[in-house]
Amino acid sequence: MSHSERIQARFQCHFDKFGLDVDLNLPGSGITAIFGHSGCGKTTLLRCIAGLQTAKGHLSVLDELWQTASHSWPVHQRPLAYVFQETSLFPHLSVRKNLLYGYRRVPAEQRKITPEQVYDWLGLTPLLDRMPARLSGGERQRVAIGRALLTSPRLLLMDEPLSALDQQSKQDILPYLERLRDTLAIPVLYVSHSTAEVARLADHIVMMERGQVVAQGPLQETLARTDHPFRLEEDAGVILNGEIAEVDDRWTLCKVVFDGGELWLRHHDHLSSGMSVRVQVLARDVSISLHEHKDQSIQNLLPATVDHIAREVVPGISLVRLLAGGTPFLARLTSRSVHRLQLTLGGQVWMQIKSVALAD
Amino acid sequence: MSPEWQAVWLTLKLAGITTLLLLIIGTPIAWWLARTQHWLRQPIAAIVALPLVLPPTVLGFYLLILMGPDGAIGQLTESLGLGLLPFTFEGLVVASVIYSLPFTVQPLQNAFLSLNENLLEAAATLRASAWDRFVSIAIPLARPGFLTAAVLSFAHTIGEFGVILMIGGSIPGETKVLSVAIFDHVEALEYTQAHWLSAGMLAFSFVVLVSLYTLNGRFQPGVVR
Repeated sequence: MSHSERIQARFQCHFDKFGLDVDLNLPGSGITAIFGHSGCGKTTLLRCIAGLQTAKGHLSVLDELWQTASHSWPVHQRPLAYVFQETSLFPHLSVRKNLLYGYRRVPAEQRKITPEQVYDWLGLTPLLDRMPARLSGGERQRVAIGRALLTSPRLLLMDEPLSALDQQSKQDILPYLERLRDTLAIPVLYVSHSTAEVARLADHIVMMERGQVVAQGPLQETLARTDHPFRLEEDAGVILNGEIAEVDDRWTLCKVVFDGGELWLRHHDHLSSGMSVRVQVLARDVSISLHEHKDQSIQNLLPATVDHIAREVVPGISLVRLLAGGTPFLARLTSRSVHRLQLTLGGQVWMQIKSVALAD
Repeated sequence: MSPEWQAVWLTLKLAGITTLLLLIIGTPIAWWLARTQHWLRQPIAAIVALPLVLPPTVLGFYLLILMGPDGAIGQLTESLGLGLLPFTFEGLVVASVIYSLPFTVQPLQNAFLSLNENLLEAAATLRASAWDRFVSIAIPLARPGFLTAAVLSFAHTIGEFGVILMIGGSIPGETKVLSVAIFDHVEALEYTQAHWLSAGMLAFSFVVLVSLYTLNGRFQPGVVR
């Protein structure tokens, strides 16, 4: 991919108790998750990219320069859209006027998305004549996403768009976001502190800590790393892409085949043979034995090679990376177990996977 | 026109023109005061609020001197061929604008301060320029503030007396507004006429304030009724 198809951002800014210092080189397509704990600078980074926060730096998006050392485009001249964490609908305008606010300000020849398409995608038609105060939290965020899309942005920035919603509204909105990812060719920067959302939506990830980037890269590769200083702790795990090969109705299970093996997981009604799926395997659900033990309850047993051992990531705990075929897995073990099993790099072991979750 | 109706008409004309000018002048001042971090913010806010605390005679006295033949404003208006402002209707307009400035600026400033910054940022990301954001977001959301400012400035101008007496005197049809007419009637012991005008003012002020409170209760944006 050439430079002109990527997003390159370099920013430095300093506040009283916090500084941001980042250098990013991101793909110009798909969803990039900007991930980190609260206060790590995720939102500040997004605001710098939008131009809402002034910072020294350089920003190029696809083939356009948005900020250089000497010039910075004002926010309203950047062809981006921003979905805020809290509701940002204009309370004095109807849903329809909110949706068309940005659309009307974009020159006609630059409009690529029509209002009808957006109403249809996001199921907004029944809401058009309501006032924002009469919408539920989930409906409001859907309108905010629709309003952003109607500017036909070249870059979509989303700042924890689901964090203010209850669990049910989140589950309702996620399919819409997936549809956006799969239908529109707009690159999305998606700020989140939820591993579940990242696992489900992202193609690429930037991990941040204390205003700095500690890791960035393709989602699966980056999540399987054990060497970066960022600790997901309980949430450490890998994502893998596979295809459903078989549905076992008797036991309500289905078999997912991936590059390097197969896994059984619980069958859900919307799944059928031949579907592509994303599954998440958490490091804490993976244990290791030196021999294949078939006389046990765990269904998913896979042969694997020890690829890397990160000892004492937290006191008493080690993280082991294993390769099954070409696919990396992580196992979170006590350091005593690693010592007792005498694990060595390149050693052949059996992974026992207690739980496999569907990420989408 | 009877002298009484002439005074009523002159008063309404003065209050109307003053209110219009105040909204034009006061809006940018209030917007600046609500949003700036500049060190001049407090001094400017204090200057705008001065008419609230100064006796109207003090304000009128200084304005008389400034607008007189030796004052800075007087020399300016004379060099522009406009003549001198004291004891003219135009002089009253200038004095009223200064006297009622805080009644326009303060409600507007409060309305702008209570605007959610997030909405202006959202508008910016939706391609709205600074002026566009002001017109399409800030002004509609500050509507109760504009209503309060207009009504208070209008009513306050109608009620002014001291400044008018200092600057305008009591020239029928030119500077003799209601409050001055009432004063003249009382001086001449014409209590019947004074009663009619005073009762009219009282009723008018009451109606204005009741409508203001009612309308402001109804125009809360985003409130569902």
